[in-house]
Amino acid sequence: MGDADITASRWRMVEVGRVVLFSSPSPYAGKIATIVEIIDHKRVLVDGPSEVEGQVVPRHSAQLSNLALSPIVIAGLPRGIGNGSLKGKWKSAEVDKKWSETNFSKGRGKSAKRRALNDFERFQVMRLRKQVRFEEKKALAKIRAKA
Amino acid sequence: MSGTEPKTKKFGSGERTVPHHTEKAPKYYPAEDIAKPKTVRKSIRPTKLRSSLKPGTVLILLAGRFRGKRVILVNNLDQGVLLVTGPFKVNGVPLRRVNARYVIATSTHVDLGVDKKLVEKISEKDYFTKDKAEKKKGEEAFFKQGEKPEKKQMASGRADDQKSIDKSIIASIKKTPFLASYLSSSFSLKKGDRPHQMTF
Repeated sequence: MGDADITASRWRMVEVGRVVLFSSPSPYAGKIATIVEIIDHKRVLVDGPSEVEGQVVPRHSAQLSNLALSPIVIAGLPRGIGNGSLKGKWKSAEVDKKWSETNFSKGRGKSAKRRALNDFERFQVMRLRKQVRFEEKKALAKIRAKA
Repeated sequence: MSGTEPKTKKFGSGERTVPHHTEKAPKYYPAEDIAKPKTVRKSIRPTKLRSSLKPGTVLILLAGRFRGKRVILVNNLDQGVLLVTGPFKVNGVPLRRVNARYVIATSTHVDLGVDKKLVEKISEKDYFTKDKAEKKKGEEAFFKQGEKPEKKQMASGRADDQKSIDKSIIASIKKTPFLASYLSSSFSLKKGDRPHQMTF
């Protein structure tokens, strides 16, 4: 019998300390919070003591279907931690800063910015992207010709 | 003495006034009520354009021969009609009257710097129509079908007006990069575009 080699999956899991993003049907859409306690297979207790103004999510039970799991986990968060002590953990884990650095949040910011562009700005983006593409192709062709 | 004044009549020792027969109360009244005409409570109000339609705004035309073109609003005429220009040299749209309903106003503005007197002259009521030749009708037109149609004659001075209007507009367009090519490109909905959610 050979030895079974078991590796843990790298899926994002619903776990205490997982930072989650609220999606659009929720009143907190676009804000982040962390899971404090798992209530059942559909609901979790979340709390988001964000330091950014207007981004605070009050402690409440949230549907998992309204949440998106972010790659950030507050390590070693005890189950059912209170709001006051979570604030300190949130701050020391630099959750707000880490969140703004993720591709997840960057992509959201980019698409929000693109959506807010007016007609002329959309045209400018299109032309500038064309220019970049042209330069890239030119550089690539040069390298290909050398090789 | 004629008219409707009452007369005084003497009866023995006394007298009394008798009203004119037209002044007397009628003996009969109409059996059917006379219909009262309805009072019209509507009033003719001047058209109120959207606040985004200010002269100098870049517009997207939605209907007509130049649909999809991006043009510049020169002046608001009455009854919701807009005076626009391409400029002609940039995208081929001449000075033209356009219905304000069939237009998207963008948030892009161009500094017009146009001679006000000239704009007033073009905004006059019959500027676009006065030199229009009457259409031939009937027999004469029927026999002329085979012949080559006469070339459309532009009213004298229209081309000059176009040039002088466009001159200052083109000068200010050139100050913004990409603006000239933006105006010469035409608008269309691409895959995934939701016009009601887009900002213009």
